[in-house]
Amino acid sequence: MKTKNKKTDWSYSPALESTDHVRISTKNDLFINGKFIPPKKGNYFETINPANEKKLADVAEADQTDVDKAVKAARTAYENVWSKMDSSERGKYIYRIARLIQERAREFSIIETMDGGKPIRESRDIDIPLVSAHFFYYAGWADKLDYAFPGKKAKSIGVAAQIIPWNFPLLMAAWKIAPALATGNTVVLKPAETTPLTVMKLAEIIQEADLPPGVVNIINGDGKTGQAMVDHLDVNKIAFTGSTDVGKMIMKSVAGTGKKYTLELGGKAANIIFEDAAIDQAVEGIVNGIFFNQGHVCCAGSRLFVQESVAETVISKLKDRMETLIVGDPLDKNTDIGAINSKMQLDKIKMYVDIGQKEGGSIHQSSCSLPEKGYWHAPTIFSDVSQSHRIVQEEIFGPVLAIQTFRTVDEVITKANNTPYGLSGGVWTDKGAKIFQVSKAIRSGVLWANTFNKFDPTSPFGGYKESGMGREGGLEGLMPYVNLV
Amino acid sequence: MESFINRIDQVGAQERIARFFSRSIKKKSKINALKAVLSMIDLTTLEGKDSPGKVKQLCYKAVHLHDQFPDLPTVAAICVYPTMVSIAKKSLNNTDINVASVATAFPSGMTSLEYKLNEVRMVVADGADEVDMVISRGKFLQGEYNYVADEIAFVKEACGKAHLKVILETGELVTLDNVRLASDIAMEAGADFIKTSTGKVSPAATPPVVLVMLEAIRDYYKKTGKKIGMKPAGGISKAKLAIQYLVMIKETLGQDWLNADLFRFGASSLANDVLMQIVKQSIGVYQSANYFSLD
Repeated sequence: MKTKNKKTDWSYSPALESTDHVRISTKNDLFINGKFIPPKKGNYFETINPANEKKLADVAEADQTDVDKAVKAARTAYENVWSKMDSSERGKYIYRIARLIQERAREFSIIETMDGGKPIRESRDIDIPLVSAHFFYYAGWADKLDYAFPGKKAKSIGVAAQIIPWNFPLLMAAWKIAPALATGNTVVLKPAETTPLTVMKLAEIIQEADLPPGVVNIINGDGKTGQAMVDHLDVNKIAFTGSTDVGKMIMKSVAGTGKKYTLELGGKAANIIFEDAAIDQAVEGIVNGIFFNQGHVCCAGSRLFVQESVAETVISKLKDRMETLIVGDPLDKNTDIGAINSKMQLDKIKMYVDIGQKEGGSIHQSSCSLPEKGYWHAPTIFSDVSQSHRIVQEEIFGPVLAIQTFRTVDEVITKANNTPYGLSGGVWTDKGAKIFQVSKAIRSGVLWANTFNKFDPTSPFGGYKESGMGREGGLEGLMPYVNLV
Repeated sequence: MESFINRIDQVGAQERIARFFSRSIKKKSKINALKAVLSMIDLTTLEGKDSPGKVKQLCYKAVHLHDQFPDLPTVAAICVYPTMVSIAKKSLNNTDINVASVATAFPSGMTSLEYKLNEVRMVVADGADEVDMVISRGKFLQGEYNYVADEIAFVKEACGKAHLKVILETGELVTLDNVRLASDIAMEAGADFIKTSTGKVSPAATPPVVLVMLEAIRDYYKKTGKKIGMKPAGGISKAKLAIQYLVMIKETLGQDWLNADLFRFGASSLANDVLMQIVKQSIGVYQSANYFSLD
């Protein structure tokens, strides 16, 4: 054969998603009773693009008076309109919201990426499609509640105060709002301070869908605003997704008040690779488990357990794979890993990486170069760590993986359960029986077999132990929003 | 045999493919990719009705892809049936284009080893630079892996200096686990290239199959330091799909494999679609297919 010896040095040209057609209001007021109104005290805070630290918009900060106003609007709408409306009519409104989101999906994806730092590939292919799917799914339940709980009647409960995190802003809003509306409740929702923009855009859609005023109210602010919502006497239900520390505070606040609550908190999931797994696909699962959304995922597979006999192969393949991950501008369609959501979060991740090294873990990072402006962290793995290491015990919420090896099934089950958390987990093996053996023994709300980080509106999601209580999604996701009589 | 422990999860493989295919290849990277694709084509004619005239015309096309457009590469090789080797060889004299011949009772391989080896010796004597053999799928599916391996080793020996491409005919192997195992066997037995299909069986090259074969090549390289080439063949007629395959190679095997020495497309109509895209990138609009020669 005549050899050609022609070297091709082929790299991908930038493929930036155009932002020309996207309209972000520079000043975002409170959405109360169907209108955008300025906050009582007139305070606004900034939200920035974490990929370049540029300011995107000002957002109104709600104080106690504003929270009162929002709850009052929700209460009035609940008593006079929403709880009395024919359930099939309620369903129509939710379908309308779902369709409008679908129509403007690309705009939502771009704003989600700009405000939160996640790659456009994820917001476009995962976040936003799941958002509309969630509304579609619960729209379907609205007029079928009589069949949901055989022998019982599902009654709405009233006003729900909902507080959501910054890792999946619009998706978490959908998880909260859709089941609440389907069951006849009204809501006051607060997005996280760093990611309010897509939820404010949702407010526009809610207006466009002609939802009766006050059924959905959206306010912004920090922990103080959230506290005012939780403590409000006229609120019947708290739905919170966020850190375990805040979850514990909420439990204390609502103790004895009779308020219903669901908490979806942190996690430190075990992702278990057995020697009889499909190794190349398992490596993909590891990557997807810990580097999806920069690791800002409560159900991230942050503790990796690899069976001894394949550990060397798996870690070597994982390192190779990490080199092909493209870290950079979240708006580039080829970006795999975007920006860390905030400076605060970046500092926290760096702190844990320091701790990991000080405690003697072997660190390996991909050799990618990071942009100068903005908040970035290279994909990172630690080996030579144990259950006693802090980076194995505590939730980092970043692209940092702790790897341990194991020899027997019993050993890995014990270690997987040896955590205060219990949100998710993964098991990789070609043997069906082993999947059942392991998944039955692991105390976590979700356990994925030969895959990871898969979500679907029909499937309940939630945690054991300090990962929270209550379920969101599926039939089970209706229960926190109804009284069964 | 270590290869027995390489399991493939089909759902996972397909998910990986979806990720590769979501890469957005634009501007300069697109033009570079298109030119690279041209240089990796094994321009193929494998029909019972092939004539010496048709082979000559194809050989001319191989060198003169689209003379109106400057700086285009030539294809990597011409791929023909055994009786056409000497004609192709003569036509491609003084070029660096290889002549590849299918052999070993292509496409079925349903004959004795002796006949197969004779055929290989014949095409090599006629001047074939590359030999595309088929594996005995029947024996493979029977579990006669040693037979399959030995056969490849004998053919390799008969090839002499000619490069050996081993066609797995993945469309008949049914599972991705089998594709992986056949790839491992072929490489261990001496293949210089592994190739998906004859083009006579459907499905021919599919993205999951190509991925599994690329992963096998990568693992073999890690283990032995030997770089084995890859050739998807059959059903690749669009530039877009070809570029997506380049993405798969780049991210699975790395830059080293992005050249005609280690990667080929077996295709008959791909070249014209690539040419059409290259011209479009340059002048901004698509030209009619009539502007591109059909040989």
